[in-house]
Amino acid sequence: MSVLAELLKREVRLLCRRPGELLNPLVFFAIVVALFPLALGAQPQLLQAVAPGLVWVAALLAVLLSLEGLFRSDFEDGSLEQMVLSPQPLALLMLAKVLVHWLFSGLALVLLAPLLGVMLGLPLVCLPVLLASLLLGTPVLSLLGAIGAALTVGLKRGGLLLALLVLPLYIPVLILGSGALQAALQGLPSGGYLLWLASLAALALALAPLAIAAGLRISVAE
Amino acid sequence: MNPYLQASALACERDGRLLFEHLALSLGAGDMLQVSGPNGAGKTSLLRVLAGLMAPTAGHVRCTAKPLWVGHAAGIQERLSAEENLAWLCALHATAPGKVPATAPATEGRAAYRAAIWQALAEVGLRGFEDVPCHSLSAGQKRRVALARLYLPAPRLWVLDEPFTALDIQAVAQLEAHLAAHCEQGGAVVLTTHHLLGRRPPGFAELALGGATA
Repeated sequence: MSVLAELLKREVRLLCRRPGELLNPLVFFAIVVALFPLALGAQPQLLQAVAPGLVWVAALLAVLLSLEGLFRSDFEDGSLEQMVLSPQPLALLMLAKVLVHWLFSGLALVLLAPLLGVMLGLPLVCLPVLLASLLLGTPVLSLLGAIGAALTVGLKRGGLLLALLVLPLYIPVLILGSGALQAALQGLPSGGYLLWLASLAALALALAPLAIAAGLRISVAE
Repeated sequence: MNPYLQASALACERDGRLLFEHLALSLGAGDMLQVSGPNGAGKTSLLRVLAGLMAPTAGHVRCTAKPLWVGHAAGIQERLSAEENLAWLCALHATAPGKVPATAPATEGRAAYRAAIWQALAEVGLRGFEDVPCHSLSAGQKRRVALARLYLPAPRLWVLDEPFTALDIQAVAQLEAHLAAHCEQGGAVVLTTHHLLGRRPPGFAELALGGATA
């Protein structure tokens, strides 16, 4: 479909012309993780034990941070009105938009995570599980966060409200993601957790775009 | 002939204030409707209802096809160039500029597409600004980029909120002529503006909001 190709081109151009939007969450992620060894002191056992939860909480906050501006500029310049009025299905357009955003910000975060994992003393055998859990989990975080971003885009200072709306929804992903890593750290099988994460991802891919579209219609109608 | 847009018993309320009620209107080929009234009378609200962006408090709006909507914020992304903006808006609204036979190779199609967009930009006086990012254009030039959509294949019904804002005298006259020509060729236009239209097509009508429902 040519409209999806044009949307892809548009989003990639927009992201490349303001690289700070992509870079800031990544730097935030790296700094938050780097703060913990400084705060907890040089205790390799302790750091290794808290690493799964720590990496996941930091990744979750970084994704949330990156989503705050997802629809903001489109809302302000009227592009969202044009998308709502388009004969194309809004949910599909938004799914494409969120996926492009994830490809640029979420995927970079996933690729950065093993480095930070090693920094916290995670054994190398855990890194594939770390990668897999983030690879399945961050799209869910992006899609759920986009629902909140769609609902709060019309508000002047929606940032904190977005966090309050979305963070409770992130709990299952957080439990499953850090659970997978925790299990891998103790030498237990982590397949179950990953399958649960995968099913959450499938569910979010199928249903979240509809909620995002509905949220945007409400925001545009205000 | 079927009207492009039909509205009956429309009412709209904002923040507990009734803007209008019992409003009925119908727009067919050749019609131009100028919505007038003081600031805050509900002109933009009416246009947003007609365009389908907002649900009316009461009543129905029936459209045969989605109209072309240009609002206060016209959907022009500052970080994209004029050409990129128009290419995106055309793709989004599934209108293909520069129709070519389906058998033509893809590169030829793309060239025709580009030529049509450049032609539209030249029509609104933006020749030479095709690849300038919109944030470095003036307010009037940005408005011209948005209005270049009126020179590309578009739906028959145009809903324009304050289309003359920030335009210079010459551009205003040109746009008036273009709107009248569109109506004479079987299109329809709904617009809000505070100035007196110089060129009025035969199907011109004016709707005054405010005062009547107070």
